[in-house]
Amino acid sequence: MGSTTNSALEKEHLVHHDHVHHHDDDHEESFITKYVFSQDHKTISRQFLITAVIMAVIAMTMSVIFRMQLAWPGEKFAFVNALLGDKWAKDGILDPNMYLALVTIHGTIMVFFVLTGGLSGTFSNLLIPYQVGARDMASGFLNMLSYWFFFISSCIMLASCFIDDGPASAGWTIYPPLSAVPEAIPGSKLGMTMWLISMTIFVVSSLLGSLNYIITVINLRTKGMTMTRMPLTIWAFLVTAVLGVLSFPVLVSCVVLLIMDRSFGTSFYLSDIYIGGRPLDNVGGSPILFEHLFWFLGHPEVYIVLLPALGITSEIIATNSRKPIFGYRAMIGSILAIGFLSFIVWGHHMYMTGMNPFLGSVFVFTTLLIAIPSAVKAFNYITTIWKGNIQYTPAMLFSIGLVSSFITGGVTGIILADSTLDINVHDTYFVVAHFHIVMGLSAIFGMFAGVYHWFPKLFLRMMNKKLGYVHFWLTLICAYGVFFPQHFLGLAGVPRRYYTNSNFPMFDNLVDINEIVTIAAIIGALSQGVFLFNFFYSIFRGEKAPQNPWNSNTLEWTTPVANIHGNWPGALPTVYRWPYDYSKPGKEKDFCPQTIPLEDGEHDGGGH
Amino acid sequence: MKLLVLLAIVLLIIAGHQLLRIIELSRGLKKTTEWQVTAADNNRMGQAMLVFMIGFFLFFIWQAARWNERALPGAASEHGVKIDVLWDANMNYVVVPVFFITNFFLFWFAFKFRGLANTKAVYFPHNNKLELLWTIVPAFALAFIIIFGLKYWNEIMSESDNKDKVVVELYAQQFQWSARYPGKDGKLGETDYRQISGSNSVGQDTADASGYDDIIVQNDIHLPVNKEIVLYMRSRDVLHSAYLPHFRAQMNCVPGMITTFKFVPTKTTVEMRKDPYVKQMMAGINKQRDKFNLEPVEFDYLLLCNKICGASHFNMQRTIIVESEADYNAWLAKQKMFKTVAVKQDKP
Repeated sequence: MGSTTNSALEKEHLVHHDHVHHHDDDHEESFITKYVFSQDHKTISRQFLITAVIMAVIAMTMSVIFRMQLAWPGEKFAFVNALLGDKWAKDGILDPNMYLALVTIHGTIMVFFVLTGGLSGTFSNLLIPYQVGARDMASGFLNMLSYWFFFISSCIMLASCFIDDGPASAGWTIYPPLSAVPEAIPGSKLGMTMWLISMTIFVVSSLLGSLNYIITVINLRTKGMTMTRMPLTIWAFLVTAVLGVLSFPVLVSCVVLLIMDRSFGTSFYLSDIYIGGRPLDNVGGSPILFEHLFWFLGHPEVYIVLLPALGITSEIIATNSRKPIFGYRAMIGSILAIGFLSFIVWGHHMYMTGMNPFLGSVFVFTTLLIAIPSAVKAFNYITTIWKGNIQYTPAMLFSIGLVSSFITGGVTGIILADSTLDINVHDTYFVVAHFHIVMGLSAIFGMFAGVYHWFPKLFLRMMNKKLGYVHFWLTLICAYGVFFPQHFLGLAGVPRRYYTNSNFPMFDNLVDINEIVTIAAIIGALSQGVFLFNFFYSIFRGEKAPQNPWNSNTLEWTTPVANIHGNWPGALPTVYRWPYDYSKPGKEKDFCPQTIPLEDGEHDGGGH
Repeated sequence: MKLLVLLAIVLLIIAGHQLLRIIELSRGLKKTTEWQVTAADNNRMGQAMLVFMIGFFLFFIWQAARWNERALPGAASEHGVKIDVLWDANMNYVVVPVFFITNFFLFWFAFKFRGLANTKAVYFPHNNKLELLWTIVPAFALAFIIIFGLKYWNEIMSESDNKDKVVVELYAQQFQWSARYPGKDGKLGETDYRQISGSNSVGQDTADASGYDDIIVQNDIHLPVNKEIVLYMRSRDVLHSAYLPHFRAQMNCVPGMITTFKFVPTKTTVEMRKDPYVKQMMAGINKQRDKFNLEPVEFDYLLLCNKICGASHFNMQRTIIVESEADYNAWLAKQKMFKTVAVKQDKP
């Protein structure tokens, strides 16, 4: 049954393509339909990427501002005043409310707009049709809507930074009652309303995208592209999309209930509150309900961020080690296991919330289980580069950086997953260090790796290698310089989200640690200028890309170096082998694209 | 001034543009393409990986050597000592070794197998034994971590059956802490948030007579040493978290419900001040304070808010004083009871 559906869809696509092919080989599409409201997966991918780059620069600048406040509290910075104005940074000293707002919006943008929308949006869109051998996404129209919802939600989130009371400032986790009661903090007035609207629209975008990704992977694989011949990128994107479809709607329900509490007088999350000199009417709700709903999305979200990065690096590490990825099936198995387990570990964010401690112990068990597939992945990466012939493209450097940060951040997860040990470091800088390294760094390294590797497919040009090298080393060193010392702040008991540590004498001897962190953050942020220049310069003036610059096996490198509708000018390619036949004995070259038929008696790697 | 900055930026852009044109022109003369990775590149980058690894490890060791002595002093509570033991076991036998070993292999291989002129890769797609090995070894290690972690967790979080316990309620509000002691009857009075007022700051139910002897403290919180302290926590407005890092104790304060945490403080404030580790730590702190022209301080236990709660979250603190039971009782006897403070004025 499956095969008939496939071929029927394929035929339909071919017919559709031929139809288009005859009529508009060149530019019959207008500028608007080609570059703005485009339904082509490649254009949409570029739109996601450039939006995410802009959002990332904004969120990074915010982090520099609040890091400077933490290192040098009370110092006057003219540039902070220039950016934030007299209301939020009088004389260049950051206002405490704006500090919390910056922390909140930095987290929100990074987690959702850069590492979810940006990462999945860019690479799922670009690579799914290319690597499964499809003309485009299953629904180009829904795909276009997905981007434009993302765009609208980005605009609302940014606009919220310019309103009178300031943007949402209850932390990116927006726990009520702080986020629900406007008297609690100025950011919980209009700013929070805009945050909630923006996130709801974001979820619409994410769902449209994810459904498209799933349907495309399941239905539009080209002939011969069985599930066990798919590159690990596609496996990662598929599982990511499934996680998104199952968890993001829960965030919407969580947000809708919060909107009801805020605007329509319900009491889902509120009870027994006395604030602003009067008791509120709300009785019977519980903030813990919010925490459960939020983290039911929030934890899978971590893997929504991480899995695409792991998929991207699996592909890049194999290609540039000139070796098959080690343990292809185990890698698929761990992606699936991580995907499944990610739904039953959310409670580890809530050990200290007043949740029943017995429930906590269940989550200890499931959370530590997830370390097993994660460990398998890390060891498989290391075995992949063992006895390889490593080609150090900038993408490969970032992939190695990812494995390092995945390990370095992952090991402290063992501490935090253990509820007993979590008691004393919960919500301290130890946690900040842990999740920034394991999730933030790994995912952003994966994203950089993807941009450097697939730039030839995105913009048909090459990025500058030397600038890529400079960018990598500065970024890696600064990233560890920022986040590694934060473990020690956590060991000294410094809570996160403190506007300054100078109000507690017990933290006075940590001044130099905070300064090191901030200086690394400033240099790290400036180094991103190297990337931005390389990126935008190469879009217009980079060297022209050849068809298969990295001698890679996957299908996207069989397409011509041109932006054509339907990806392949003639028939769709047929796939005969798994994508990791690098340095296979008996072959003339050290790679063997998926489109080359198996020789007599030759064994397909993926099938074992 | 702004004009000058603008002018400088414009000039920089023009200069950059000219420079790029020169580079682009010279690029046309070369035969090789810039983006292609050569054996020389691989050699350099592979060596850089090794150098980075050494630097990274040295950075770790430097930090640990320098900053470990600024970590919180050893736990000052019974269960906290166990947490410290478990922490050290996890850190010293799992986390730090795994960090070093796996990062070492990663960067060592990244260096060793850099693609030089005659390097060939080995086709090695899978090996079930290896994969089984690194599934089972972590599974065993994690089993131990889970078993010991949960054993302590159940002990720490179990309900107190101690008859001789001291009950204290911590009451959180933006942005301060209060404490309530149950008084002679050993019972905390019922509460009703609607009755909160200037003289009834924690919202006691004035109809409940068992609360009349309750003692509300809005200053340093005193606790007796070596007695089981059972904390009940409430919040007036938003989420807060009662964080007592020196006792390894933490629990969120949630409006609408009562949360709890129990612990036995084992060292008085005075004893802590004499502890050699604490002394050297305080010396470091006072040295730094001297640089800022601040007065020297002595060690104190602290209660901090550890859940974002608004603009002054960073300053929501209360000093805790642990003292002998006799001193504690003497202090408690001097505190005013609720009825003498509030009930008479407030009752209609």
